[in-house]
Amino acid sequence: MTDFAHAVQALRPQLIRFAHAQLRNDAWAEDAVSETILAALARPQAFAGQSQLKTWLVGILKHKLVDQIRRHSREVSATTDDDNEDIDALLFNETGHWREAPAEWGDPEAALGQREFFEVLEACVDKLPGVQGRIFMMREWLELDTAEICKELSITTTNAWVLLHRARLRLQGCLQDNWFGRRADAAPTP
Amino acid sequence: MRLLHRNCREVTALVLARQDRELGLGERVLVRIHMLICKACPRFERQVALMQQAMPRWRGYRDGSADLGD
Repeated sequence: MTDFAHAVQALRPQLIRFAHAQLRNDAWAEDAVSETILAALARPQAFAGQSQLKTWLVGILKHKLVDQIRRHSREVSATTDDDNEDIDALLFNETGHWREAPAEWGDPEAALGQREFFEVLEACVDKLPGVQGRIFMMREWLELDTAEICKELSITTTNAWVLLHRARLRLQGCLQDNWFGRRADAAPTP
Repeated sequence: MRLLHRNCREVTALVLARQDRELGLGERVLVRIHMLICKACPRFERQVALMQQAMPRWRGYRDGSADLGD
């Protein structure tokens, strides 16, 4: 193998991890990564040392992931009980007031300046239920807008909004529990 | 005043919806008014703003740096 092929192959585990986080399915993730590697090896001149190899490969992978999503749209958008759980009912009482008021998270830079914060964030995204996780990743990682997400998955706009709403509430709760809640310095009470 | 008064659950939904769609004028007014009279929701709004700021950096970490999460 050439150095280029070696370098590409060495990034395969990371690509698999990213693909799996998006698709939540081993076989589809394997396919997306294999297609990415084939495409990369077919045109090494397209890389030509621009930016980082990983960045270039992830760019290709994102396209292949959208292909997989399109191919399996029905299964990708099949919600589970976890997806359908009414998160709002856990956070708000019958009159729509907070059961427990949100905490003060403090200066954003205090969190955003630390790589450990992003590791926690990543773990929280991975923990989102199936369809919520996929849609959240489509929106925030693949950077698709809701119209594109609805088109690829053949779901209604309302459906997409509900799932994104729940995903964001779960993410907020997970960050509270696993980052802000356990750091006294990041959560001063006003 | 029901017209202008919304509970926290409804306002929270609008604050989150803003991440994915543009709010109508009426909705923007409801959020603004509620934020003036509620102590809890402005905190939630700041939390959402922090998460929004985090997203592009998260993408940068994931896609660019060689060592996050492997």
